Amino acid sequence: MIALVDYKAGNLTSVKKALATVGADLFVPDAPDDLAAATGIIVPGVGHFGATRALDAPWVEAILGRVGEGRPLLGICLGMQWLFEGSDEAPDLPGLGLLSGRCHRLGANGGPAVKVPHVGWNSLAIQRVEGTILDGVDTGAQVYFTHSFVAPITGDSAATTEHGERFASAVQRGYIAGVQFHPEKSGEVGLRILRNFVELAG
Amino acid sequence: MLSKRIIACLDVRDGQVVKGVNFEGLRSAGDPAELARRYNAEGIDELVILDITATLEARRALADTIARVARELFIPLAVGGGIRTEADAAAAVEAGADKVSLNTAALADPALVTRIAERYGSQAVVVAIDAKRDAAGGGGFAVYARSGKSAAGRDAVEWAREAESRGAGEILLTSIDRDGTKAGFDCELTAAVSSAVSIPVIASGGAGGLDHFVDVFTAGRADAALAASIFHYAETSVRALKDHLRRRGIPVRV
Repeated sequence: MIALVDYKAGNLTSVKKALATVGADLFVPDAPDDLAAATGIIVPGVGHFGATRALDAPWVEAILGRVGEGRPLLGICLGMQWLFEGSDEAPDLPGLGLLSGRCHRLGANGGPAVKVPHVGWNSLAIQRVEGTILDGVDTGAQVYFTHSFVAPITGDSAATTEHGERFASAVQRGYIAGVQFHPEKSGEVGLRILRNFVELAG
Repeated sequence: MLSKRIIACLDVRDGQVVKGVNFEGLRSAGDPAELARRYNAEGIDELVILDITATLEARRALADTIARVARELFIPLAVGGGIRTEADAAAAVEAGADKVSLNTAALADPALVTRIAERYGSQAVVVAIDAKRDAAGGGGFAVYARSGKSAAGRDAVEWAREAESRGAGEILLTSIDRDGTKAGFDCELTAAVSSAVSIPVIASGGAGGLDHFVDVFTAGRADAALAASIFHYAETSVRALKDHLRRRGIPVRV
């Protein structure tokens, strides 16, 4: 069973519907202890990095505990940013710290002027397919984004996307994965990625 | 590169898609779920359900319409028309809407934009602005409320800026002068608003031919364009439109 963590950062109706469509057996944990039953964990979320404050020490401990046992973890949008050390959006708030690097605002490092937030369909440049949830997704495939902050490109990047600057649009390190875009709103490409994660979580 | 979005609008009344000219003279265009399915297969980037039902009883059917459309679609879905309170917004979101579009209610109570943005995130809040060229010929664009029936006493550019500062994630900008006329989008209006805000602007009203979309994405600086009639009556397929845009060097999702 896959645990969909609801920390009140946005509505989960679309995520639940998409996961049900790809055959996921899903539950929303009420308390950190409920994660004991999870074969995989999804941390969704939209909005301000400050919303991740609701994922307090007991949640962090429970999530890290399951990840330590080799259970797959997927962060979506804000949930992906939370996998990193932190974000300039809420500088005092640490992230989960499973991936190195900090998230920054699009355009903070210069580059051509573009509209922020980055809203709409943009293409993926696949960096790694082998052993990632991007299996079956080709470079050029378009997915739906809506965000203002981005994760840096590191060795964990599985795909990058350009909007004023190039950023990590998908990451994966072992069983820890994240996508900056919304797979639940990205048509067949998004469903394929969710299906890959559900299969990974067995 | 970020694609320019093509959005199909379903004006729904009593569970059926209808479409008028200059906001009046409605005729039926079919079942919303069926049209949504067809557009999705053709590669539409996003859908808007605009509820133009007048009565409260019929409005309760809106949640069913949203759920029916959302069930098999995995692209963004916005719902607007008659959303006046946080409870209305919550009902639309619970039924499967990713975004709610506020118009008259936001003009009456701009803080509503902030309250809904705080609850669901700015990405879920679209402020719809219906604008008309100033009759006096001053070059400005006046905002209208209540489906274009009453002047709101505000300038479109100024209201768009305020909406952004209050937490709106996108602006859906409709030219009342062009709505349903197929005379082309009002590129001056669209460019004026798009240049004034950082959030995306969806141009609406007047789509009649493929080059109208080229114009609104270049001269009009639109981030997305919305149309209804030209898709409903199969005058133009979404695919043909995107092929045309791509040939003109405009980035689209294919």
